Amino acid sequence: MNALVPLPVVLPLLGAGISLVLGRYPRIQRWVSIVVLVGIVAVAAVLMVQADTSGPQTQWVGGWPETLGIVLVADRLAALMLLVSALVTLAVLGYSIGQGMTEDEEGAPLSIYHPTFLVLVAGVANAFLAGDLFNLFVSFEMLLFSSYVLLTLGGTATRIRAGTIYVLVNLLSSTLFLISIAVVYAATGTLTLAHLAERIADLPDHVALMLQLLLLTTFAIKAAVFPLSFWLPDSYPTAPAPVTAVFAGLLTKVGVYAILRMQTLLFPDSPLTDLLLWAALLTMVIGILGAIAQSDIKRMLSFTLVSHIGYLVLGIALANRAGVSGTIFYIVHHITVQTALFLIVGLVERRAGSTSLLRMGGLARIAPMLAVLFFVPAMNLAGIPPFSGFIGKVGLLQAAQQNGSALAWVLVVGGVLTSLLTLYAVAKTWAVAFWRTPEEAHDALAALGREDDPSPEGGDLPIRHRGHLHTATGVVSAQDVADARRLGDDEQPDRDLHQLIQAGDDNRRLPASMVVPAASLVVLSVALTAVAGPLFAYSDRAAEDLLDPTTYIGVVLPDGPPEERP
Amino acid sequence: MTDVNLTLVLVSAALLGCGVYLLLERSLSRVLVGLVMMGNGVSIAFLVAGGPAGAPPIVGETEGEPMADPLPQAMVLTAIVITLATVSFVLAMAYRSWQLNSHDDVQDDVEDARIRRLATADVTSEAYGAVTDSPGPDDPREEPTAEDLGPPREPDEPAKPVEHTDPEERP
Repeated sequence: MNALVPLPVVLPLLGAGISLVLGRYPRIQRWVSIVVLVGIVAVAAVLMVQADTSGPQTQWVGGWPETLGIVLVADRLAALMLLVSALVTLAVLGYSIGQGMTEDEEGAPLSIYHPTFLVLVAGVANAFLAGDLFNLFVSFEMLLFSSYVLLTLGGTATRIRAGTIYVLVNLLSSTLFLISIAVVYAATGTLTLAHLAERIADLPDHVALMLQLLLLTTFAIKAAVFPLSFWLPDSYPTAPAPVTAVFAGLLTKVGVYAILRMQTLLFPDSPLTDLLLWAALLTMVIGILGAIAQSDIKRMLSFTLVSHIGYLVLGIALANRAGVSGTIFYIVHHITVQTALFLIVGLVERRAGSTSLLRMGGLARIAPMLAVLFFVPAMNLAGIPPFSGFIGKVGLLQAAQQNGSALAWVLVVGGVLTSLLTLYAVAKTWAVAFWRTPEEAHDALAALGREDDPSPEGGDLPIRHRGHLHTATGVVSAQDVADARRLGDDEQPDRDLHQLIQAGDDNRRLPASMVVPAASLVVLSVALTAVAGPLFAYSDRAAEDLLDPTTYIGVVLPDGPPEERP
Repeated sequence: MTDVNLTLVLVSAALLGCGVYLLLERSLSRVLVGLVMMGNGVSIAFLVAGGPAGAPPIVGETEGEPMADPLPQAMVLTAIVITLATVSFVLAMAYRSWQLNSHDDVQDDVEDARIRRLATADVTSEAYGAVTDSPGPDDPREEPTAEDLGPPREPDEPAKPVEHTDPEERP
């Protein structure tokens, strides 16, 4: 028993209530959010030390008899995830306070941002701590409902369009989760994970396999594993930058965490290695091919997010100690890096007026600090040594090589290829957005706008091929062409960076209150390299715990399952 | 569990089936009705999962007789509350969509729309046109209009993308 365990859930819920009541006082709201998140960071750090030194920490909530009530468990993995997610959300909160959230959002309800954000944090924390399946469902609903609200904040046309798809896909997956829970309960009569672990082992193989596939499908939708990843790249980029950042960093990882927990605790004898390896390979390769085709930085990053979920699934599929340990390390790396990148793209959007690669150039010269902030996590994502992305990928590929099957070797090749293609995608972004001058960008875009213009001065640059265009920036779609035409349109002025600079309307100064949180995440992601040794040792111990769940079960049910008690 | 209530199983299956059918509709309000039906179907599935019916599970109220399993009932209550929140949120979203677009249809994914454009502009992929350009009354908005396809090509240009979008003109 440890009364600290429920705090990461209780604190943000209380904070959400307080800040909802104090909706008229934005200053107090901000302080409530900051205090709550700092509190969670502290609690998570303490829990992590306790879990590492004296085993999993548990708390049966509400004093119900065991297996009837709800148990919260903080083992090594859960505590680590809790700490990383708390640090990342704290940075995102700082950034969104700096941005003011509503400054450039006409009519968006400011007062609900902080309560919703805190409920999201509570949902994520509860998902990591949940010791039974129904509590996991409730935490998914908590974080999903806040994400629905945050995604459609302000209710603009694009957000409603993207939000509809996101909401419907997630409602469907929630229904599927409920069905799986009903079926699991019908088959075993319990939902406590530790108790389930023992009862599922007694089930006939085909029943257990059906339960496993149902749960796997549910979590794969949340985690955006191919072919259930189609909803992600379309819905994430439309939200405000801090919202996209926290979604990208945490929500898919909650799905991955659920898969990892389920595979190791409930179905340790049925790793489904081949199926998951194929899913991992396709997620990696198809995701990154999608990223290359994008002409918008936010969309490009959303596709790399899908792609790198493949690495996490790879480690889970291998189900050996090196694989699970590599996955845990890679989750930590990916949460920080992906969140940092989305925050920095928010800064780019502020500086350059858009995130479309066609509309910007020369940021390396006009905003060198921003360029460094983008370059470091971008290289980290691609896995360039000595960054943590490289270390994580090496760990996972070594695990695949240990497995030694032909398919595992294919995954090694696929993993290296994905890493190279990620490098290509971010290097293209770098070259286009940061290196060429804004004037070149403007000329190229103007030429694109004249693409269908048969007059002699129009269209020397693009070459029409199979319905789309190849320019210096890569493939652009007809939508981009239509956008480009609007540049010269006086009625709907939609200026690119060059025109903004000419008119002196560009945002020269980026507020320190936004840059500092983004920069601190970049520093954190780089610092992961410095602490890679201890962190890998920790993730190795966590993997050992996961692969031998007897400690976990013993701590949750110290007297053994109820039916065996005297 | 030897003794399963077949009626409950059938009702649950029917509700889930109808719900899935409605979920595949374009209009958000029908999708919502589908979600509600699926939610109710799942709630009934929980009753099936809870085993045979019994006396009310209140301590002191029933002596001797077997009590019904209270746990699934607690879960169903939670699920109903969540469904209520879902309904109100989706209704608000459908209303906002109607305010903005004067319809509440689920709109196409950006990437899908892009692929559709590429395919309609691409003379080599005849198979695509044969499959998707059906003249049926499915959804006229899905068919590319002349505006989507840009201005007509010069006669000497090899690509004539507008041609096969009208199924009537194909041999």
